[in-house]
Amino acid sequence: MADSEAVLAAHEPGLRHHFDDSAQQFESSTLGMWVFLVTEIMFFGGMFGAYTVYRNLYRDAFASTSRFMNLPIGAINTGVLICSSFTMVLAVRSAQLDRKRALIVFLILTLLLGCVFLGLKYVEYHEKWVDHHIPGPGFHYADSRYFHQAQILFFLYFAMTGMHAIHMIVGVGLLTTLIAMAARNRFSGAWYTPVEMIGLYWHFVDIVWIFLFPLLYLVGHT
Amino acid sequence: MMKHQAVPVKVYAAVFGALLALTITTVAVSRLELGEYNFIAAMTIAVIKGSLVVMFFMDVRRATSRTKLFVGAGFFWMAILLVFLLSDYLSRGWLPSPRWL
Repeated sequence: MADSEAVLAAHEPGLRHHFDDSAQQFESSTLGMWVFLVTEIMFFGGMFGAYTVYRNLYRDAFASTSRFMNLPIGAINTGVLICSSFTMVLAVRSAQLDRKRALIVFLILTLLLGCVFLGLKYVEYHEKWVDHHIPGPGFHYADSRYFHQAQILFFLYFAMTGMHAIHMIVGVGLLTTLIAMAARNRFSGAWYTPVEMIGLYWHFVDIVWIFLFPLLYLVGHT
Repeated sequence: MMKHQAVPVKVYAAVFGALLALTITTVAVSRLELGEYNFIAAMTIAVIKGSLVVMFFMDVRRATSRTKLFVGAGFFWMAILLVFLLSDYLSRGWLPSPRWL
């Protein structure tokens, strides 16, 4: 028994005994990760649903808020996240091809781009604070007609971008773990499942931003 | 060991280029006066970008049918949420209130 397990382990590193082979194990991980991501779609879906309802009720108020959004930072951040998805996919590819140095380099690049995104997000939040665009007692709005309705939009803005930013912070933590694991030589071309799974997570967070950007920054911009 | 061959870098680079180009397009289109079509254009571009990420970066195009079913179910349920919400909110006021209300 111990011998046969040793033989199996020698053939397929990282293979757990309750799977037939690495392909089956990999598919199980992918499916499990997607089940988690589906719960994330539902989670963000609720907020997108709230946005949809209030945009239909207060269309003009929502359109009027666009000009108080920092479009250049929003657009640059979209580019930064797309770049980070590109470096992430190159990291996964390096893991597949067993290029250990390239894997670490691309993971670090992804991490840095994630931090750039969060840094720019901080600048934006600070700007909202200075402009009194945070919903609550200190809220000010240039167009008094929309004083109450614009607060709903800014509330949704902070809820949605805030939840997205928390996901980014979690992603930065996950990437740091991956870099540490890669530095300790834990991955090989035969087993790199965590790189692939955290890649899926990172891309999902990118997709959320792809939808947040037009909804919050571009709608009614003209 | 893994079932999948590594995808050539140029495929990823092409998707990356397309995503950047679509981001510039969506900002440019938002500057035009198109009325309701501004929103439709922005969402269409977002859906195209999201699909590119799902299909190529997340590699769903090469995933097993079972994984594809789960992914599809996730987005389908999201569509149900939005369509049923809108079927209520958008259709309000289409018909006069019945007299007995």
